[in-house]
Amino acid sequence: MVRATAPARPASQPGGAGGPGQAVQRRSPLDRVRKIGLPYLLLLPALIFELLVHLVPIIVGIFISFKDLTQLYLANWRSAPSAGLANYRLAINFNAPIGQALLHSFVVTCTFTVFSVGLSWLLGTAAAILAQDPFRGRGVLRAIFLTPYALPIYASVITWAFMFQYNNGLINHLLHDDLGITSKPTFWLLGNNSVFALIIVSVWRNWPFAFLVVMAGLQTIPRELYEASAIDGAGMWQQIREITMPSLRAVNQVLVLVLFLWTFNDFTLPFTLFGNAAPQNADVISLHIYNASFLTWNFGQGSAMSVLLLLFLLVVTGAYLLITSRRRQSA
Amino acid sequence: MPKSRGPMARPRSFIWTRAIVLTVLTVFAVVPIYAMVSSSLKPLSEVTSSFSWIPSPITIRPYIDMWRTVPLARYFENSVIVCTSAAALSVLIATFAAYAVSRYTFRGKRIFTIVVLSTQMFPGILFLLPLFLIFVSIGNATGIALFGSRAGLVITYLTFSLPFSIWMLAGYFDSIPRGLDEAALVDGAGPLRALFRVIIPAAFPGIVTVAIYAFMTAWGEVLFASVMTNDTTRTLAVGLRDYSTQNDVYWNQIMAASLVVSIPVVVAFLALQRYLVSGLTAGAVK
Repeated sequence: MVRATAPARPASQPGGAGGPGQAVQRRSPLDRVRKIGLPYLLLLPALIFELLVHLVPIIVGIFISFKDLTQLYLANWRSAPSAGLANYRLAINFNAPIGQALLHSFVVTCTFTVFSVGLSWLLGTAAAILAQDPFRGRGVLRAIFLTPYALPIYASVITWAFMFQYNNGLINHLLHDDLGITSKPTFWLLGNNSVFALIIVSVWRNWPFAFLVVMAGLQTIPRELYEASAIDGAGMWQQIREITMPSLRAVNQVLVLVLFLWTFNDFTLPFTLFGNAAPQNADVISLHIYNASFLTWNFGQGSAMSVLLLLFLLVVTGAYLLITSRRRQSA
Repeated sequence: MPKSRGPMARPRSFIWTRAIVLTVLTVFAVVPIYAMVSSSLKPLSEVTSSFSWIPSPITIRPYIDMWRTVPLARYFENSVIVCTSAAALSVLIATFAAYAVSRYTFRGKRIFTIVVLSTQMFPGILFLLPLFLIFVSIGNATGIALFGSRAGLVITYLTFSLPFSIWMLAGYFDSIPRGLDEAALVDGAGPLRALFRVIIPAAFPGIVTVAIYAFMTAWGEVLFASVMTNDTTRTLAVGLRDYSTQNDVYWNQIMAASLVVSIPVVVAFLALQRYLVSGLTAGAVK
């Protein structure tokens, strides 16, 4: 408050950049236009960039998905021959190789997302609730917890790729040489285990975000709620169950959705961990589409898959918001 | 008894759970960081053979060699320029937009917010190729080279952080009493003046939060950087992969470089995390 009012002072002095004339003729027609136009003017820069980078490309992407766009037409993409619905038909024909591979990739992505989001949410929430009370070293602990999220994703994922190496990695050294849990070293970045590697790295990266958001959410719960229930004789665990968790419902609604969308669409993490060629079991959707577009140079096909992905996300998000909002209202 | 924000009575079971869970999480969080730091201090022979917990002998050679194996300094320069510009522009543009959303009622406001927020769910892969084609078309039509240039990357990155920034700042501005800027308007200040003199100083934590967020988004982006940059404009996000395209994988130098490129972001993030929490509390978490 104090900070805010002090800088406001100079604004009251006359003769600023706006010119003194404007302040006097307050009701002129020009002023009314200005008043109505002002919010739009303020939005204009944001709108221009949103159009250029987000919205127009989406429309172009949908356009391309109906085209037979290969590298031959890349220089003059608007004149690529029409493909009708062929790209879509191929993508959802689950008896043919392309559709089969897409379906497989979709299932892998769903599995990966469910485990990654679930664990990230669980760890983040547990840490935030447990680290709520002041104790010695709490500040340091918070900094340590947030560091995985603060690190540039490619730097930390390269480190994980190093740790998962077969010969010289930390994980195999720990499990095989130090603890003797495995009889021989494990391939983490190839074959069946690759999906575990992906989940571990993804949880490591994302749980601090959940921690951060839940921590912020906890600060909005009024202390009186706890005091009142303590007088009523409620124990700690009971308070967490009956006050903390219900109060976090609104925060969780957004948090889980955001984690879901990030994880489902994540490209950087699997790409950095595996490179271009992800193993079958970790062939997540964005990597799959990237390969379908840029390795086979079939951009129409890749765009059709992307559009299908977007439709899926729209439906899931819509349904999720509908269900969770209704539940919140009835609760 | 210390002042407590949360539940009051703390039973023994809680103390134990807390100790165990927080210890496990600390180990989980720290192990990769330890692997990064310790491996960056090993000679090449030590990182290509079996892993060892303690580096011996310790060497700082990787920190010297990493600048020569790969043009790291140029990548660094590109990243700093691109990410700083993107973050600064993003904060400015988001501030204007959030001010409009928070303080004015106008036709199309709801649609604007919904559309902008829903871009968050767009898979990056969907508009990677179209954006590439659009940039090339703009280049052919106007001669402005967006593709392959830093400017193209700045435009892309600043837009990536806009939706969340606008949403959060609008929430933040909503929490500032309207009386404050109305008083300035009554005093004869224009709306922009009210924004810069009243709203922005009062919303400073929110603005800092958004700036870190925008910078981190840009600093960590790989997909668009890998397609939209060339040899001279390549950023760190793509450049770090160059260490493994040689005959050997220079793991020690990769770790050293990873550490060096991480330090600016991590220091900024941890120094400003207090703002981040209060920014989230006021803006996003309502």
